[in-house]
Amino acid sequence: MTLEYLRLFLSFFKIGLFSFGGGYAMIPLIQSENAMYNWISSSDLIDIIAISEMTPGPVAVNSATFIGYNAGGILGGIIATIGVTLPSLLLVLIVANVFFKFSKHPLKTMAFYGIRPVIAGLIISAALVVAETAFFKSGISLNETAENIFQLISLQNVFIFVLSLLLLLKTKINPVIIILISGILGVLI
Amino acid sequence: MNEKSKGQRFLQLFICFFKVGAFTFGGGFAMIPLIEREIVDNKKWISEKEIIDVFAVAQSLPGAIAINTSTFIGYKVLGRLGAVVATAGVVLPSLITITLIAMFFSIVRGNPIFDAIFDGISPAIVALILVAGVKIAKESVKDKLGAIILLFTVIAITFFKVQAIFVIIAGALIGIIIYFFFPKLSKKIINREEDDIGIS
Repeated sequence: MTLEYLRLFLSFFKIGLFSFGGGYAMIPLIQSENAMYNWISSSDLIDIIAISEMTPGPVAVNSATFIGYNAGGILGGIIATIGVTLPSLLLVLIVANVFFKFSKHPLKTMAFYGIRPVIAGLIISAALVVAETAFFKSGISLNETAENIFQLISLQNVFIFVLSLLLLLKTKINPVIIILISGILGVLI
Repeated sequence: MNEKSKGQRFLQLFICFFKVGAFTFGGGFAMIPLIEREIVDNKKWISEKEIIDVFAVAQSLPGAIAINTSTFIGYKVLGRLGAVVATAGVVLPSLITITLIAMFFSIVRGNPIFDAIFDGISPAIVALILVAGVKIAKESVKDKLGAIILLFTVIAITFFKVQAIFVIIAGALIGIIIYFFFPKLSKKIINREEDDIGIS
């Protein structure tokens, strides 16, 4: 069990240390670590993102606490949260002053020129990974032969996706409201 | 400053960031206006100009923007211990709320109505993440090379299951290689990036 806690701590420390660009940029890193240790199922991971979005506080901390709790109870939640927070705390304490001095260094500008498109790509990949779970009916694995691909795809969820996308792009409705509407539609249709 | 008033300042700092943590929905960027009101307007701990610098640095360091910002402000206001106190304050509301929800969640999991709700929410989450990704792509991809880096990232992650950390390091290396081996291109990119900072 101690080893499990140590793993949890190290994984979230790594996630905190290597995620640039905040909340959503952390999702692919969480997916990678989760794939290695199988703390939670991929559909649980989506639920966690949804809950993180609906509850106050940083998405990074919320998902760390939730996954940590699932992996190792209350102590697991605390350990994962400390793990994801510690890199920020250490970096600010150790390198804050240096970072301010070099924040205009061309080498830093160039490194971030390369990193920024990667972050965008990571977030789009996270959406694709979540889509795989969201659009295919649960209980059916892709290995099973289906006579018709449409039997595998949940049309109801594709409809909710298109609706959410339209609401996000064309209106200024708060994402929390969109999540609530989707939840209600999930029960009704 | 005597001991008592210093203790009070730590308590104020903690309460202030506890409030920020408890009342911001949707992560990092959503808390910026709340921090401005609490720290700059009400408490006058740091100036309007300084807080912009803090937000810029918080975004370019790894980790959650909310945590970076709190740690930084705590450090500026009350030194190292201030950084720890501010961070604890901003994290604690999430830790308590999410632990309670996680407990509740393990009980209701498997209930058909509950599962139907979360099944309906999952495609909305796809839309939410996708829109966030496209928004960031629009800001961060300024040329063909940027578009190629983005495309390779998506392919490496979705089809080859490469770990995210390696792709981030590769991205940084591409920038650094350009800096050392293609000075002309590097100069062009740096000038453009500096112009962008000037506008925003």
